Parts: sequence; structure tokens; C-alpha cells
Amino acid sequence: MKTRCKPRQFKEKMKMQKPLKLLAATAGLIALPTLGLAQEADTTPVNADIGFIFTTFMFLVTGFLVFFMAAGFAMLEAGLVRSKNVTMQLTKNMALFSLASLFYYILGYNLMYPGDGWSIDGILGAFSITSLEPVGLEGAEPDLTYASVGSDFFFQLMFCAATASIVSGALAERIKLWPFLAFVIVLTAVIYPIQASWKWGGGFLDAMGFQDFAGSTVVHSVGGWAALMGAIILGPRIGKYKDGRTVPMPGSNLALATLGAFILWMGWFGFNGGSQLYMDTAGNVSDISRIFANTNTAAAAGGVAALILTQLLYKKPDLTMILNGSLAGLVSITAEPLTPTLISSTLIGAVGGVIVVFAVPFLDKLKIDDVVGAVPVHLFAGIWGTIAVVFTNDAASLGTQLYSIVVVGVFVSVSSAVVWYILKLTTGIRVSEEDEINGLDMSELGMEAYPEFSKG
Amino acid sequence: MKLIIATIKPFKLEEVREALTTAGVRGMMVTEIKGFGSQSGHTEIYRGAEYAVNFVPKIKLEVVVSASMADEVVATIVNTAQTGKIGDGKVFVLDVTQAVRVRTGETNEDAL
Repeated sequence: MKTRCKPRQFKEKMKMQKPLKLLAATAGLIALPTLGLAQEADTTPVNADIGFIFTTFMFLVTGFLVFFMAAGFAMLEAGLVRSKNVTMQLTKNMALFSLASLFYYILGYNLMYPGDGWSIDGILGAFSITSLEPVGLEGAEPDLTYASVGSDFFFQLMFCAATASIVSGALAERIKLWPFLAFVIVLTAVIYPIQASWKWGGGFLDAMGFQDFAGSTVVHSVGGWAALMGAIILGPRIGKYKDGRTVPMPGSNLALATLGAFILWMGWFGFNGGSQLYMDTAGNVSDISRIFANTNTAAAAGGVAALILTQLLYKKPDLTMILNGSLAGLVSITAEPLTPTLISSTLIGAVGGVIVVFAVPFLDKLKIDDVVGAVPVHLFAGIWGTIAVVFTNDAASLGTQLYSIVVVGVFVSVSSAVVWYILKLTTGIRVSEEDEINGLDMSELGMEAYPEFSKG
Repeated sequence: MKLIIATIKPFKLEEVREALTTAGVRGMMVTEIKGFGSQSGHTEIYRGAEYAVNFVPKIKLEVVVSASMADEVVATIVNTAQTGKIGDGKVFVLDVTQAVRVRTGETNEDAL
């Protein structure tokens, strides 16, 4: 069984950091994992460079697909907020992605992939800044069985940024810009990398046999938990819940929202496909293809499920629910996009779509105002996807999956809640009533997204 | 002279305009309005939350014609705009005491 953490990752980084010990380290480090993963060693091509080149190339291509999901989140959120808050939503998306990019290299990457440099074994990674290979690999011996550090860093960074993007949509239309960005820094530099190290860095959840291929739990539920805590502590938008009823606040531009959902759908091929982590053998290329097909199928099934269900429940299909449904299908298949058949993928994705249609009004009942449906899509469908692994992957056990969901959930909820509360008590996280009603575009930024349509 | 005010369903506007020009009406004023009558709004659902649409979009026509034409114009509007379903609208007829064509200064029926 191929492990989904990156066991080879650290060898290369060790070489980079300790070039003097290169010979000894290389001999020892290559030998160990090769013994552990004997069946992989058999598939190493004759010219070892080829595997390195193709895997690196795959990380770069799938990495920029995942990068473009930032645009997807931005458009989805811009479309689902009211026009008076669109500029703010776009500003947050641009800023959060940029901040995530900086803080992931400053702190996040080595916290997440400490190699053998754990601060607390299996729990807390290494505190150091990310360094890349030298230009032209001068004086360095790359790990030819994996990929370049640069490509791996680039690819992993995109997942970290996606986690932060999830949070911004749920808290839209009422949160102050700077406290939100402060939260993003903590999330991307500390919270996300620490819990991700438990699985993908080879930490204690990975050692227990937790299975999360591309991050239903590690990425999506983490964003979902952080968003849920934020939404609870921040409170609903003014006027959202009146006399026990939910007041709809329709989005400003469903064309943008739909574009955003399609961009996310496309980006997901990189998200799940790239998480195969290797493109050095026919088997791996075939697996990546299988992942693409399963990922697409689950998204389609989630969309169809929401389409049919909203027609049945509400007499008219609700586009925003169909968008959320397809995204929930994607989140659901993310924990295991490789082993399911197309039929299993259909079922896994469809359940995700059903979850969304019921979870959105459920959150409203609890008076938790999640503007774009981030919690139903990323948290609820993420939990479902993580559980659904046991249906198709024999290596997964229900107990370990549930245990990991709870451990990650508690860690992220508690740490997020603490950060949100500290921000609430120090800087405050919510704009004034007047500013909220006037819209954050004018009150926080002095700039409207659609000035031609304004009253002034 | 009579002022005929009619509220109709928006999708009927083109049909009504054609019928009225055929009947000899040479001008009209059209406004997009919202309002309610016995239809008194309806409910929609957005993301699972039901909400009331209290004011329904309608088109308001204002036509001034000579008194002799008024009945025919009213009948034309009613016949064309009618769907038989709730929300077809209403027609009101008022007396007009004076009319002036701005360009020429012609008055009353000559101004129509």
C-alpha cells in the first residue's frame, strides 16, 4: 500500500541543509525508505531523471491548477455577497492568498514537513524558513525518486492558501479587514501546517493509518472549522434572522458565482490529481487519470443531487445550492479519489450534494450566518468524505478516520476560537452597525465594485 | 379627453402596444412599477429560506385619447393584456381638462 505522506520529502531537504554530510546521509536515507517501500523501487525507470522530471512537472502543472482555485473562491464569494461588499471580498481574497504565500514559506512548510527534524516527534514540526535547491541543482543531489523541493513547496503552498480562502466566504459582509488578515496569518503559518504535519508530514495520525488522500479533513474541514468558529464568534449579519425567520440576502452576481464554481471544479483536478505525488510510472499516470475521472464524476453527482433535491423541496431549483452541491461533491471525493469506481464516486459525491441542501437551512436554524455555504460544503462534506474512504479503501479503518476527524476538529476549533476571541477582545472583529449597513466597500475601503450603479 | 391608466403584466407590453397603435393611439407613456393588488405578492425560496415578494413588478401605461376613443382603447387593453390568471392588472379612466403640444402650442385634441 502506497503511503500518502511524503516520506521522501525530508531526504532532499536534509541534503540541502547539511551538504557536508551529503554522502553519508544520502546513503542511509535512500536505503531506509527504499526498503520500506520495496514495491515502489521496482518501478523506478532506467533513467532515474525521467521520473524526477515528470513528477516535478506534474507538481508545477497541478500546482497552478490549484493556484487558480484562488480565483474560483474570489469569484464565488464576489457573486454571493451583496454588491455593497464585493470590493471588500475581492480585497480579502487577494490579500489572504498573498499572505498565505509568504507565511507558508516563512514558517508553514517546515512545520508541515519537518522530515526528521520534529520539535516534538510526530506532533510539532520544525521551525525554520523554507529554502529551495540551488540554481541548476549546482552541488546538490536531488532525490530522483521524488520531485524538486521547489515544485513540492509550490504545490503544497496552494493547499494552505485554499484553506484560508474557505474562511473568508463564511465571514463575509461584516468582518473587519485587518483582524481577518491577522487570523489568516495564524491559520496559514501555524494552525494549518501543524495539523497537516500529523498526516502528510508523517506525524502521529499518519502512523495510525489515517487516510486522507488530498485533504477532505486536512484542508477542507480545517477551513470549515475555522470558518464555523469565526461565524459563531462574529455573529450573523444585521437583519439576517428576524422574528425566528431567516431573511435571504441574495448574492449580487450569480454569473460570477457560477464562474467561480467552475474554476474551483477545474482547479480540483490539480488538487486531487497532484496529490498522487508521483508521475514516474505508467501505474501512477494511470492513477492520476483515474483520479481526474472520479473527481469530475463526484462533482457532477453533487450538482445533480442538489438540482433534483431543491426542485423537490422548493418547487424550483436553486442555482446557489447547485453550485454548493457540486463543490460538496468535490470535497467528498477528496479524501479518496483513487480507489472508488465511477459508480462509487457518483454515490460519494451525490451524498455530499444532499448534505449541502440540508445543512444550509440547518445552520440558519442555529442562527449561524455562513454567507457562501462554506461550512456545509467544506466541513460537513469534508467529514462525510473522510468517513467514505472506508467504503473503497481497505487500508482505512472507520475508527481511525473518526478519531482523526475529531482530533483535527478539536485542535482547529479550539485554536481558531482562541485566536478569534483574542482578536475580538483586542482589535474587535466586527465593523460598526452603520458601516455594515452602508456596506464594507465604502466604509472600509472607500471604493465600490460597481460605482455606475451606486446612488451617488 | 380621457387619461387611461392601465397596469399590465410586463410580458404583455409589446402586444398591448401593437394593438393600441393599430387602434389609432399615437402616443403613450410607459413606466416600470412595482405594486400589489388582489394578487398581493408571492413567496420565493433562496437557499432554503422562504421570503415574501410583497410588490410584484408591473408595467404602467398612460394613454390620453379623445373621449370618443376611450371605450375602444380600454377594451383593446383589456382584451390584449388578459391572461385570465391572477395579476392581470387594472384599468382606470380619468377626465383630462387640458393638453398642449410643446413644439407647436396646439391645444387639447389637436395636441394628442
